[in-house]
Amino acid sequence: MSNAVEVRAVTKRFDKVVALDDLSFDVAQGELFGLVGPDGAGKSTLFRILTTLVLPDSGSATVLGFDVARDLWDIRSRVGYMPGGFSLYPDLSVAENLEFFAAVFGTTVEEGYELIAPVYKQIEPFRDRRADALSGGMKQKLALSCALVHRPEILLLDEPTTGVDAVSRREFWGQLAALKASGLTIVVSTPYMDEAMRCDRVALMHGGRILDIDLPGAIGARFERPLFAVYGENRYAMLQALREYPHARSVYLFGDSLHYTDDREVPSVVEELTAYLGAKGHPDSRVEPIAAGIEDSFMALMGSAA
Amino acid sequence: MKRGALRAFMVKEFRHILRDRQTLTILLLMPLVQVVLFGFALRSDVRDIRLAIVDPSPDNATIALRNRFVASTRFRIVSISQTASAIEPLFRRGEADVALVFEPSFASHLASRTEPAHLLLTVDASDPNTGTVMQSYSRAVISSYDAELAAAALPPGRTVRIATETRMRFNPTLESVNLFVPGLIALVLTLVSALMTAISLSREKERGTMEVLLVSPLRPWQIIVGKVLPYLGLAFANVLTALLAAWLVFHVPFRGSVLLLLGESVLFAIVSLAIGVLIAARTSTQRAAMLAAMLVTMLPSTLLSGMLFPIASMPAWLAPFTSIVPARWFIVIARGIMLKGVGLPYLWRETLVLIVMAALLMAAAVRSFKPRLA
Amino acid sequence: MNPNALAISAHGLTCRFGSFVAVDHITFDVGAGEVFGFLGANGAGKTTAIKMLIGLLAPSDGEARVAGFDVGTERAQIRRNIGYMSQRFSLYNDLTVRENIQLYGGIYGLSDAQLRDRTAALLESLGLSESAGDLVGRLPLGWKQKLAFSVALLHEPKIVFLDEPTGGVDPITRRQFWEMIYAAAARGTTVFVTTHYMDEAEYCDRISIMVDGRIAALGTPAALKAQYEVDTVDDLFVRLARGATVTA
Repeated sequence: MSNAVEVRAVTKRFDKVVALDDLSFDVAQGELFGLVGPDGAGKSTLFRILTTLVLPDSGSATVLGFDVARDLWDIRSRVGYMPGGFSLYPDLSVAENLEFFAAVFGTTVEEGYELIAPVYKQIEPFRDRRADALSGGMKQKLALSCALVHRPEILLLDEPTTGVDAVSRREFWGQLAALKASGLTIVVSTPYMDEAMRCDRVALMHGGRILDIDLPGAIGARFERPLFAVYGENRYAMLQALREYPHARSVYLFGDSLHYTDDREVPSVVEELTAYLGAKGHPDSRVEPIAAGIEDSFMALMGSAA
Repeated sequence: MKRGALRAFMVKEFRHILRDRQTLTILLLMPLVQVVLFGFALRSDVRDIRLAIVDPSPDNATIALRNRFVASTRFRIVSISQTASAIEPLFRRGEADVALVFEPSFASHLASRTEPAHLLLTVDASDPNTGTVMQSYSRAVISSYDAELAAAALPPGRTVRIATETRMRFNPTLESVNLFVPGLIALVLTLVSALMTAISLSREKERGTMEVLLVSPLRPWQIIVGKVLPYLGLAFANVLTALLAAWLVFHVPFRGSVLLLLGESVLFAIVSLAIGVLIAARTSTQRAAMLAAMLVTMLPSTLLSGMLFPIASMPAWLAPFTSIVPARWFIVIARGIMLKGVGLPYLWRETLVLIVMAALLMAAAVRSFKPRLA
Repeated sequence: MNPNALAISAHGLTCRFGSFVAVDHITFDVGAGEVFGFLGANGAGKTTAIKMLIGLLAPSDGEARVAGFDVGTERAQIRRNIGYMSQRFSLYNDLTVRENIQLYGGIYGLSDAQLRDRTAALLESLGLSESAGDLVGRLPLGWKQKLAFSVALLHEPKIVFLDEPTGGVDPITRRQFWEMIYAAAARGTTVFVTTHYMDEAEYCDRISIMVDGRIAALGTPAALKAQYEVDTVDDLFVRLARGATVTA
């Protein structure tokens, strides 16, 4: 068995909505694989198919070599699953939740302790606290511990960082990197584009389709056009001015700058734009060529897929 | 301006109500069903009174009175025998409602000048309301016969010709609490078993923890049994508490076997639990599960089980529906054990019905619980 | 600055729950027409502070004025003069686009004529004129959020409060949403927004970061980044929030 996950031409419809449209991809063993996309991209549906909760309308998929349609009990005993929203029992304590999920898999917290320790140690002081009294970051750690305690062969995490603050998000990805180092295959979904950089490989998902799939750096490198960042005061006015520029192909807000692409095949527009903006009342604007990131690629691919 | 805001808000609420088809159907349907049932179907007056006759020396006089009963159309003679020993088994099996026992010298006393003719009227008063009604119907027939004799002046000068002694069997003091307790046990069991199970399972679905449970080695039947057993234990404890309270506080009689009642209670609880699981399998929210459980279990159990309204008085088209209400069978069993002191030999039919219901419903419940979401 | 030119001014604003101090004497101002980013980790007191500002919770101590009204004594007036939109709830899914607009128009006391005109303008600006009769529940998430924002502005409030308005939305729609925010600010509406997307924090004129119930940083994104010698607001946030003792 070479691949931890293999998906072949999977399609799934709910009433008239196509949730997944002819999806195919692989995840290698020991890989930290990311599914990046907004709500409605089909990430949760894909996870439900991989965890055998839902059958695809057409196509096939295997997890750890087992077929999702035929071998559901083989898969269900080997997978660590964290659905969106951290499904924990709010009226049970931290320790009770963990013990329950260990017992359900026929093991104990002691047996799984070594694996979950890096995560669990941070919430262990709160082991008697009810799960609904935990902060988002602590719930996240508990849910991860519960998914890990039975020492699964693969982790399937559906939006584990959604609704959690930036500090906890960083820590969480640090923990995932450590788990991957121990050989665990991890498939994570997230709506945050910047988290894509933390994965070995990434699939950009939108509208039930994969827009691109590769190493995160490689996706950016495939960006079709030269990309420029524009800095300056009065960003909104600059944005509107640039949109009126006759050769502007796309102008978007981007953190502390604007990202601009031109519809001509010219290598650089730095001087032109600076002059144009100066004339429009932005004398201290600054234009720089930059490398495209995941988000730039996602937006370009979204636009052309629509 | 405030008026505009309020109006806008009310319009919104109407829209919500009208667009929630499921809840709307139940809310409009329930009152309608209740009106029909209460208005047309559920009666407290009694019709088909089954009469057992004990007539040691049949003659014109006794036969004349017997015919009076038949002529009243409320009574139906189910047995005629010459010894009183015949009536007790009939009562225990629930095959007779009223027994009329003539004394051996009925005719001669009727004709005498001094001694009245004695009658013994025994009424099954498990349900004190119908018991009282049956008693008064019976007495009415007897006194109208007596009045006829007076009109014919046989024998002249005598006012009281027939002396009737009445016994209210199984419930001599006509306590309504005796009537209610078996029904209440049924209701409590239904509440804990069906309603709570349905809510607990659908809450798991609503919260999303059901997904995680499914993606584990746990098989569906294990999830169901794991959910159901604690509630079974709870139901059991509830029955014990109810019985203790009934016995200590209200002095409700307990003439039969406690163990048998507990066993039958467990059986009935299993039936209710299976119904609860089936309801949870079909609903996606706790609220829907609750409404469905009320509609499917509590309502029929209260109205159609014979707990409050005698089945014998229901119109012909309604009576068959009562057969599918599990509580109907359980109440017969509970009343039989508590008030009549009978055991399995008399109750095997009802017990068998419950066993079959439990087996079928449990099988359906386990099968309805699919290991996949879709 | 003349306090009446300020959209929001808070001074020593505090909220206590028993012995727990959720919001600890925060002081800050927001000028009219400003886009202000109100950041903080979960449990830092952000939600409680917002509830006080929009008139849902009475302060235990300190004072604040929102749209010229006092948050302690004039809460009803505040609620009438501000707009509000949150990620968790914005519009009713089982009502149509038009019905939602009518509802909020009615609640905020718009006249029939005003409602008619503004509804048409709103639908056209969003390109939803054809879909006015569709149930909101059927709209894609991004459209729902944009519509919710427009509805929050329907009664032309001076200040609009946005609570994580772009959660889960695709990157293009997110930016369109922020362009709508900029457009509203350009018209003079003050926008008070919280978000978990640190790149959106960069779009704000000024930001504040709450840690342990207090404001740990307040200023323009550029100035704060320079002060703490970091490249992004994300790094700034992590630097400040990491030292938090209250993790709820």
